[in-house]
Amino acid sequence: MDFTTLIFGRLTLDAFPLHEPILVATFLVVALAGGALVAALTYYRLWGYLWTEWFTSIDHKKIGVMYIVLAIIMLLRGFADAIMMRLQQAMASGGGEGYLNAHHYDQIFTAHGVIMIFFVAMPLVTGLINLVVPLQIGARDVAFPFLNNFSFWMTAAGAVLVMISLFVGEFAQTGWLAYPPLSGADYSPGVGVDYYIWALQVAGVGTLLSGINLVVTIVKMRCPGMTLMKMPVFVWTALCTNILIIAIFPVLTATLALLSLDRYVGTNFFTNDLGGSPMMYVNLIWIWGHPEVYVLILPAFGVFSEVVATFSGKRLFGYTSMVYATLVITILSYLVWLHHFFTMGAGASVNSFFGITTMIISIPTGAKLFNWLFTMYRGRIRFEVPMLWTVGFMITFVIGGMTGVLLAVPPADFVLHNSLFLVAHFHNVIIGGVVFGMFAGIVYWFPKAFGFRLDPFWGKVSFWGWLIGFYLAFMPLYALGLMGVTRRLSQFEDTSLHWYFVVAGIGSLFILGGILAFVMQIYVSVRDREKLRDTTGDPWNGRTLEWSTSSPPPAYNFAFTPMVHELDAWWDMKQRGYKRPLTGFKPIHMPKNTGTGIILAGLSVALAFALIWHIWWLAAASFASACAVAIWHTFDYNRDFYIPADEVTRSENERTRLLAGGA
Amino acid sequence: MTDTASLIDDGKDVAFHVVEDAHGVDGHGHASDGGTMLGFWIYLMSDCLIFAVLFATHAVLGRNYAAGPSPADLFDLRIILVSTFMLLLSSITYGFAMLEMDKGRLKPTIAWLAVTFFFGAAFLGLEFYEFSHLFHEGATPQRSAFLSSFFTLVGTHGLHVTIGLIWMVVLAVQAWQRGLIVENKRRLLCLSMFWHFLDVVWIGVFSFVYLIGVLS
Repeated sequence: MDFTTLIFGRLTLDAFPLHEPILVATFLVVALAGGALVAALTYYRLWGYLWTEWFTSIDHKKIGVMYIVLAIIMLLRGFADAIMMRLQQAMASGGGEGYLNAHHYDQIFTAHGVIMIFFVAMPLVTGLINLVVPLQIGARDVAFPFLNNFSFWMTAAGAVLVMISLFVGEFAQTGWLAYPPLSGADYSPGVGVDYYIWALQVAGVGTLLSGINLVVTIVKMRCPGMTLMKMPVFVWTALCTNILIIAIFPVLTATLALLSLDRYVGTNFFTNDLGGSPMMYVNLIWIWGHPEVYVLILPAFGVFSEVVATFSGKRLFGYTSMVYATLVITILSYLVWLHHFFTMGAGASVNSFFGITTMIISIPTGAKLFNWLFTMYRGRIRFEVPMLWTVGFMITFVIGGMTGVLLAVPPADFVLHNSLFLVAHFHNVIIGGVVFGMFAGIVYWFPKAFGFRLDPFWGKVSFWGWLIGFYLAFMPLYALGLMGVTRRLSQFEDTSLHWYFVVAGIGSLFILGGILAFVMQIYVSVRDREKLRDTTGDPWNGRTLEWSTSSPPPAYNFAFTPMVHELDAWWDMKQRGYKRPLTGFKPIHMPKNTGTGIILAGLSVALAFALIWHIWWLAAASFASACAVAIWHTFDYNRDFYIPADEVTRSENERTRLLAGGA
Repeated sequence: MTDTASLIDDGKDVAFHVVEDAHGVDGHGHASDGGTMLGFWIYLMSDCLIFAVLFATHAVLGRNYAAGPSPADLFDLRIILVSTFMLLLSSITYGFAMLEMDKGRLKPTIAWLAVTFFFGAAFLGLEFYEFSHLFHEGATPQRSAFLSSFFTLVGTHGLHVTIGLIWMVVLAVQAWQRGLIVENKRRLLCLSMFWHFLDVVWIGVFSFVYLIGVLS
């Protein structure tokens, strides 16, 4: 082993993709934009503010906001991948070769899937839950505030690793679930799959810990009177989602660990020889993967339930059935994983079982849809932006659900397996369900988080861009899939398919418009924030406890812990003429900020990078440092402090003044 | 209406907030010890799922010897029995440490932790000996899917025991520095659950990997 290998492992100058003009240009843009951002932050002396107020914060609201910011940044990256694929397919189906070589194209579709699921959808879900759930249950923070900060930074560390892979080395070319033997050392000897593995392992630590944190928060920290059946539906869906996270992410961790053993140590879990079984991997990864899609969709269902009730001015129809439907979906989601590979050849009985369980899931989901419809029935509906997303969801998701039931029929699946019909189906439910739900949630809770509403005009532009764009982009894919076009193709023989791909490409431009309109919406709203200011804390005439405190809420959320008597507690309080307490405030005990989370996550990035590039000294050093920091942190027993009663009184008086002025 | 802000007269008095914060002993709305215990239990269950995946993998791949050695060729049940008793004894002695902790006696608590550490280290030493012996015979993790899953399952358990031992040293130091304060008791209780959990997992390993492996 020579000296450079000892120092740099397999990292050489060839790892920097200087021969790929697209990547070089991207790097220049990112470097310039990043450099400008760093310069601006330095010029305005904002680093100290960011460090003390955000990066080290253990306030669940700020952590929630950071999750959502991370997700939006990664959405831009993931969408750039999407539009590149659409362009390539539109060009290549017209008879040419397109502008992307196969090596690059394969990385793009892998990165697109990984980023959209792990670093867009997951942080959006976790972020919204973090922001909203403690407020909705009348708590002052989550059960383990430090762990919350640490979880966020581990998720961000995973995202950083995926971004590094863009410019240093390569990403996996295996598809987002990295099936062996393709992902094994024989067929993917490069660093791509290792980036994939370690990005997911690092982020997975964060996801699991935040799952545990939120379950304990919901189980243990509800305010007095809030029995399980008085919890808002969003809290129920958050509970079920986090139970699912705890029950599946260890499976992903273990499965990826076995794959890395195959790659690093040369074991034979998923190899084709010496007794290994690639199908074992496919089973394990889908035991994680199928419940994962319910992890994403359940909170979206929760958002729609809140939005529909608020903007129809009615209590949610069928609360109890909503709760039970959520629980049934949670349980059934474990019993369907095999429908992702009916073609494995498990036999008619096994396929029938999983086909039937899959179809059964549509029953509780259908019950939910009827509940939302009946909530709207004879309601006084206000078509604010969150409600538009909700109605768009109800129509789009029904189509996606029906194509899902179609795919659940094993004989049909044999025809449609791995076709563009499948691609259209899961984008139908993930865009139409999760993305619409998260946008509805962001617009709905934005005023709570920041104290001013989002501009409705640009919100509507964004909604229509996404809605029209979705149908244009994915309806042609359904048709192509039915005609037998398989997924993940970068080259085509048959030019008659061309115009389908052109329409799909135009659809992705509409979605681009929707994303830009969303960015514009945030810019315009920040600019006009005084005009959009919410002084009441209750801009939508809401029903649940988060609207009972100010916007944005004080660090301690509630000056006094609320006491709940009814479902829709805040509505009940308003009906009974609740008056805010104005005196008698007491000191409030809160946890202190800490930088340990971000330090540990930074060391994890170093460790993962070292493992990816076989830089063993760095791996050992960063692992030892991470252990040392973690242990050192446990020697700090002085982790909380009291907000003095004076300060509570001062911020509550400020709210009184705002309420009087706004009324 | 002259009543206080929190009391509204609509037939009966209804309070809409807690005046004396009733949330947890520390009074800042945080789940107190109960939260940590529940959280740690849930963590253990998630860890249990990692072992479940490894057991399932062993169940599927455990007979794939690839013309290599089988359990009957490799395992020396006498050593495994001794190491099993090391681990079981360490659980008992950890229990004694907890009994002393409940009585608030610092030195006996730490002494029992030291005994536990000794038994745990003995278990690890025997595992190390067994592994090096297998390697010496050419039965490496790369040899067959059976050996891959065997080393991974047993090795993951061993890794957990190692972490438990490091944790034990840290907690002993902290107990020595600050005494048996609430935080330290809570931490010792968490390690106790972790340690017994590893015992339970080992019983599964001993039965399904070693005993049934040798029999079949």
